[in-house]
Amino acid sequence: MTIEVKNIVKKFGAFAALDNVDLKVGKGELLALLGPSGSGKTTLLRIIAGLDWPDAGEVRIDGEDALGHGASERHVGFVFQHYALFRHMTVFENVAFGLRVQPRAIRRDEATIRARVKELLDLVQLDWLANRYPSQLSGGQRQRIALARALAIEPRILLLDEPFGALDAKVRKELRQWLRSLHNEIHVTSIFVTHDQEEALEVANRVVVMDKGRIEQIGSPGDVYDNPATAFVHGFIGESIVLPVEVTGGSVRLGGRTLNIAADGAASGASKLFVRRHDMQIGPAGTGSLEGAVRHVRSFGPIQRAEVALSGGEGKTVIEIDAPRDRELQAGEIIGLQPRRYRIFAVQE
Amino acid sequence: MSTETSFVTPATPLRAYASTADLAISPPSHREASDRARAVASPKDLRTEPAPVRFIIIALAVTFLTVFVVLPLVVVFASAFSKGISAYFSALAEPEALSAIRLTLLVAAISVALNLVFGVIAAWAIAKFEFRGKTFLITLIDLPFSVSPVISGLVFVLLFGAQGYWGTWLQANNIHILFAVPGIALATIFVTFPFVARSLIPLMQEQGTQEEEAATSLGASGLQTFFRVTLPNIKWGLLYGVLLCNARAMGEFGAVSVVSGHIRGETNTMPLLVEILYNEYQFVASFAIASLLAMLALITLVVKTVLEQRLDEGQTPRDDPRDH
Repeated sequence: MTIEVKNIVKKFGAFAALDNVDLKVGKGELLALLGPSGSGKTTLLRIIAGLDWPDAGEVRIDGEDALGHGASERHVGFVFQHYALFRHMTVFENVAFGLRVQPRAIRRDEATIRARVKELLDLVQLDWLANRYPSQLSGGQRQRIALARALAIEPRILLLDEPFGALDAKVRKELRQWLRSLHNEIHVTSIFVTHDQEEALEVANRVVVMDKGRIEQIGSPGDVYDNPATAFVHGFIGESIVLPVEVTGGSVRLGGRTLNIAADGAASGASKLFVRRHDMQIGPAGTGSLEGAVRHVRSFGPIQRAEVALSGGEGKTVIEIDAPRDRELQAGEIIGLQPRRYRIFAVQE
Repeated sequence: MSTETSFVTPATPLRAYASTADLAISPPSHREASDRARAVASPKDLRTEPAPVRFIIIALAVTFLTVFVVLPLVVVFASAFSKGISAYFSALAEPEALSAIRLTLLVAAISVALNLVFGVIAAWAIAKFEFRGKTFLITLIDLPFSVSPVISGLVFVLLFGAQGYWGTWLQANNIHILFAVPGIALATIFVTFPFVARSLIPLMQEQGTQEEEAATSLGASGLQTFFRVTLPNIKWGLLYGVLLCNARAMGEFGAVSVVSGHIRGETNTMPLLVEILYNEYQFVASFAIASLLAMLALITLVVKTVLEQRLDEGQTPRDDPRDH
């Protein structure tokens, strides 16, 4: 099922949680809303679900206006960060809830409901917990029950709010893969909110990066990582070296010294140079646009991470670079650095 | 996925290790170190006063409770039975006494029922929504606690009395509020309003709105959400509030005394009758009624203790070590 969000504005007092947000989600997509806290991603999710109302704008689910309906009429599965399982009901009754509250006319008989719940518990591989209470489950189990409960109503779309946020790292990784394969199995259009870029890049087909109530970029995981559209996205996704530079008519200057890189059409003025840590080419002193003294080297796995104090300019700029281990770096060594891939973004007022 | 249960075990060996470590590092020559170790291992020692101090404090508390609580209670029952059991029961079987009991039960039933509804609504509004003037509303709910009951009663006299704001209109339409059941019920409702709301607000605030939101997104209507999700979650708190509300409704004296008019056999509640009988030197009858109220108090106390335990169980942190 498709979701279409048009010009959504939501204000909490003077604070604009969502500022003219447009978004289209295609059938069967698994979309991630990624952003720091306060970027408006959860608010957007809650508006789509009908748990919050926008000040202006449109929400269409399958082309049909959703804002005319309350949350209970939208047929949207919602999974909460803290599970929100009904604490006084067993796991079985939790999952059955959505089926039991249906209007009498379309409510299924008890045997059908039981069979359906059993099926869902099998799907999340927790049928053996049917008679437990939520307080007797681990976090990972609770989250999967919450998902089964949301799927029970055969939702048109599935919305997950920080689904793995309250879990520890190991379980989070397992559940991530599990969610992916579950989505491959049931193909329901899904949106999940996360502040964890790794999670977004690993699980989603498409990633929507948000900041301060605006969408910064929409793209495939590879796209937002390799071709960040804005300075925010470059800084937020992946580790970047950021250097303040001055662009004047095609040349890039750092602290009074011209770098041997093209401005790539960046407008003149104060700008920021973004380079991935692993995109710094290391050479002997005297080669490359930049020069610096290695201060500290840590080696782990296939890479060595070096702290380099850049020479030149008045500021003592220290950057961290990742280099392959084929050329061992020594503390105190002077090296030349040349950005292999980089992006220049104008500094916004 | 099945690895999750394996996380249960490590807690026990760790705890065992901590206590043996305490033994291991306390040779007598290192007094300071051993003191520190003991303080860390059993913080209980730090809180405990020397034995004589403990004894005096406990004795003081027990003496105080005996003189001011147990003794009066004993006196009530002793006086009630001072002329024998038959005198006790015949005092209770007096028409006046029966009428007072009936009136008290009726007024308590009305005010508890209404306060149950209003209290739940008020607590719901305060706990689940954000709106202007919320703090003011919370203060307002507490008002009956801070106003003297006599004043509460007088307010109703000023409103509904013959010289009151609506007195003339009421008289013209032959509606009796003061010196009748409606007045007594109104005064009781006013005085007992805070109990239900007050016992629910913190509970509902702690529980938040997530379960209700989950229910709504699963297609439940407002009423279904309330009866299937909200109510089961607050039932012990609600019972607790109802219990205290009931105890106060049956025992209320001041406010009711002002609005009742003390019409014998008609508008006297049990507490009012106790006073009247006492003033007429009918001690056995007076204390017989009083003993009923005292028994109500004792039962309330027991049920309250049970409910408090249930409430605690309901609120123990649900995140156990397995939570991950």
